Amino acid sequence: MRAGRLLPVSLISAAILAYEVLLMRLFSIIQWHHFAYMIISIALLGFAASGTFVALACRPLVQRYPAAFAASAALFGITAVASFACAERLPFNALEIVWNPRQLGWLAAIYALLILPFFFGATCIGLAFSRHPGQIGRVYAFDLVGAGIGALGTVGLLFLVFPSAALRFVAALGFAAAALAATGMARHRWFAAGSLGLAAAVITVWLPPSWTAPSPHMSQYKGLRMALEVPNARVVEERSSPLGLLTVVESPTVPFRYAPGLSLANTQEPPAQLAVFTDGDSITAITAYGGEPATVAYLDRTTAALPYRILERPRMLLLGAGGGEQVLLALRAGADIVDAVEVNPQMIDLARNRFADFVGGIFSRPNVHLHLAEARAFAATTGERYDLIQMPLLDSFSAAAAGVQSMHENYTYTVEALRDYLAVLRPDGVVAITRWLRVPPRDILKLFATATVAIEAEGVAQPGRHLVLIRNWNTATLLVAKSPFTGDDVAAIRAFAAENFFDISWAPGISASDVNRYNQLDQEYLYEGALALLSPERSDFTERYKFDIAPATDNRPYFFDFFRWRALPELLILPTQGGAAMLDWGYLILVTTLVQAAILSAVLILLPLWLRRRALGRAAHRLRFGLYFLALGLAFLFIEIAFIQRFVLFLGHPLYAVAVVLAGFLAFAGLGSAVATRWMAAVGCGSPVRGIALAVVVIAFLAGTYLLALPLIFERLLALPDAAKIAIALLLIAPLAVFMGMPFPLGLGHVGAHSEEFIPWAWGINGCASVLSAILATLLAMHVGFTGVVTIATILYLVAPALLAGLWDRYDPHGSFPDRNRSR
Amino acid sequence: MRPLAQCHVLLTAVLASAAAVVSTSVPAQDRFAERAAMIETIKLHARSAPSAVEGQGIDPAVLKTMGKVPRHFFVPEEQRGAAYRDRPLPIGYGQTISQPFIVALMTDLINVGPGDVVLEIGTGSGYQAAVLSPLAAKVYSIEIIPELGERAAARLAELRFDNVEVKVDDGYYGWPVHAPFDGIVVTAAASHIPPPLVEQLAKGARMVVPVGGPFATQFLMLVEKRRDGSITSRQLLPVSFVPLREGRAR
Repeated sequence: MRAGRLLPVSLISAAILAYEVLLMRLFSIIQWHHFAYMIISIALLGFAASGTFVALACRPLVQRYPAAFAASAALFGITAVASFACAERLPFNALEIVWNPRQLGWLAAIYALLILPFFFGATCIGLAFSRHPGQIGRVYAFDLVGAGIGALGTVGLLFLVFPSAALRFVAALGFAAAALAATGMARHRWFAAGSLGLAAAVITVWLPPSWTAPSPHMSQYKGLRMALEVPNARVVEERSSPLGLLTVVESPTVPFRYAPGLSLANTQEPPAQLAVFTDGDSITAITAYGGEPATVAYLDRTTAALPYRILERPRMLLLGAGGGEQVLLALRAGADIVDAVEVNPQMIDLARNRFADFVGGIFSRPNVHLHLAEARAFAATTGERYDLIQMPLLDSFSAAAAGVQSMHENYTYTVEALRDYLAVLRPDGVVAITRWLRVPPRDILKLFATATVAIEAEGVAQPGRHLVLIRNWNTATLLVAKSPFTGDDVAAIRAFAAENFFDISWAPGISASDVNRYNQLDQEYLYEGALALLSPERSDFTERYKFDIAPATDNRPYFFDFFRWRALPELLILPTQGGAAMLDWGYLILVTTLVQAAILSAVLILLPLWLRRRALGRAAHRLRFGLYFLALGLAFLFIEIAFIQRFVLFLGHPLYAVAVVLAGFLAFAGLGSAVATRWMAAVGCGSPVRGIALAVVVIAFLAGTYLLALPLIFERLLALPDAAKIAIALLLIAPLAVFMGMPFPLGLGHVGAHSEEFIPWAWGINGCASVLSAILATLLAMHVGFTGVVTIATILYLVAPALLAGLWDRYDPHGSFPDRNRSR
Repeated sequence: MRPLAQCHVLLTAVLASAAAVVSTSVPAQDRFAERAAMIETIKLHARSAPSAVEGQGIDPAVLKTMGKVPRHFFVPEEQRGAAYRDRPLPIGYGQTISQPFIVALMTDLINVGPGDVVLEIGTGSGYQAAVLSPLAAKVYSIEIIPELGERAAARLAELRFDNVEVKVDDGYYGWPVHAPFDGIVVTAAASHIPPPLVEQLAKGARMVVPVGGPFATQFLMLVEKRRDGSITSRQLLPVSFVPLREGRAR
């Protein structure tokens, strides 16, 4: 078989993956980030439904394979655009779900629409497997390599074009796959191929972006939409990248005056500002500055200004430059040198170039250096030493309040991160972290707990002497000092708090009579929490607290995950009274998605099994086959996702980690599946099960070695340039991924040799398991950390060949499969 | 929650839903029964939020007023059926009309009395101003979105809430010519409390600010200007929730 015949498989596979990434991006803009998980479960549904469909309609479709493939790919192209265009126009309001069950109907409608492209795309791949039962390894290789290119390509494409335009290319890719497949048709091949090719060209060039533009259909409750309702407010700049859609808004009639954490004692109005919204929500302000520090004097009255009361002319590292508000504060406070780190190059361009005049060129001053880097990576590699490391508020209150970040790993607030920051402080230096204050408190207590453990790890016996915590009504600032705070420091802190009506929740020497004065809480949980976390009662307090405030670590970097099951019943008793508002929805959405996905996959896997039970052999065989592909699907993604999350730290950016690790795993696993048959012949002595068994032993060995070695490798090589780190990452992934690419095609070939009927549903089970594991891996990582996830994956890999081995023994010569399968 | 109270809430909910179905077809009807059911729900919620109501329950005068104000005239036509449900409703422009319980709490917290002058920032539909109207001598309300402000002003005038004055303007500066105010209700979200509002608050008066997203009030912030001019604030949860479990028996 010529490779060209399988090229459409690569193309459609690339298109499906690109579409999934794009939908996540688009729904982050229209709704909120947690919808990413909704897209995963929609993709799962599409895959599972297609598995059922191909299993039931396999024969007639495989007989007309080129036409069926072309039609399905063309339908992918059409629905990729049409389904999204319809879905974004539905009046779905995610915020209203608690109040109005009707919203679930709209959500179901979105599911129903978006499932279509995944269904048609997956049908193409399912058909390809069924059409080439003897070439499973090669089909799988083309599938994986295509998916890898799709993942990497989309990330690249999103740097060049807006997501709505990228959608055109994805749809066109579907038509291109259809055109290529049509060249294999028996009749009318050139006509079909020509028209499908033309359709691909027309979609790329002609499709109006307005059909699929997300902004007009953005939820009216997102910050950007609300800001634009104000008279004369207008968008002055828009930038898009895979990191997010940045929208700069000017509002001359009713200025933004964005200044979180501002004291009630402040009397100054903030100057003119431009608001930069990320994906229509999180806001950072670009503040007008004419070089006169008095115009930004109000910043002195924010909780984040506290460290400047105890530091003189500090050399300062700002982790998260945003629009430059903290740079203004630093300049006003007389900072000697400011190193500002920003992860988004487009944000840097806006602040330093596009709106340079507006901000008075603060980023071009000789003592202000703006660095494009991820906060943690910069801190770990910088050779400088600082008096102050400032970590400002960059996420929106609503995102923090809804707890939607809970499933996102975050390496900036872990114990190891704080130790990295402490390592680059000068002896009298301070780390200052500002977060939103939520009631009842959780973020701040978790931060306090994390800082306490980090300081103790530095060999400090009395961590309480190194910590200060103050709060306003909506923000809190934690100071973590390398050396104990002095009496003068504490006096200065007390004076600062009193002037601004800020409460001190912790400082060395503080007592119960000093707290809860200005902004009164029912009970001073922060002070009580700080006392408990600094005492031998720590673990008891952490255990008794109804939110998860255990310190985040690099192994479990879920700082924003506060959810505890035991608080759920209490909060759900009175959901309409504020109980629902107190829930951290991210975790619950994840669990709900998992349960829903598990039920649907069970139904969609069991249905074809039941309908085809005669053809598929004995129940015991079906079960063990099913478990084999389930185990493989789970294990592959567990390792892949754990590696993505691990490599974030090494590659310095989540996006690089996703692109490099995903593309690396897919491409090298593709290579592995291409050489799987040779491996089976050479090493497995012609036995697929032996080949699989040996491959999983190598996988287990490599995974175990990496668990131990990766942290050391990362530590040693973190200072290398990006390109070198990407190459090293790929080199590390390659051997593991090559072997991980073997068990699926070898197992599928082995099963297919006995019954072709198995092929589509094995593909379906594997697809379902892969998508399930994407959700499950995150949930497991929250509970058992990445080490636990990789260990579970290794066990699954080691168990898998045993599931096939039992069947293998019984196949020949008196296997239970119908003879017609073997007589072909 | 006690079983009896549960039955009560269930009954009022059923009553409200049934009435809502009827009222969809007869929008002009006064819907007295639904308002009565709404008041019962508010009372029930208030009992389980002791700190927010300062241990005394919602002021009967506030409940009486809310029992009279026709909330269904303050929601868009398509939402009228749900006007008396215990929930916030969308009113367009990314804004909502607050849940009745939150309106009751906010009104209660500023301790409004006859003769008081009250300022509202964020008129929205005009419902909060209408609830304040019979309780206060004068209500000034500022709305940023012209369409909402103009509609609310017309509606309030039509329903004869004559002591309410609405203007479309930037709420940041308050309404200095009518200051000081004996109570301020800020329904529009902000990253900080505008200094002019603190300044325009009379000594001994209170300002209330709901904090949270459009459909989810996390907590209410109560700002008090003491007689000596010092400022304190309090954060009040609309639900009774203690974040620490009882200690283990040792």
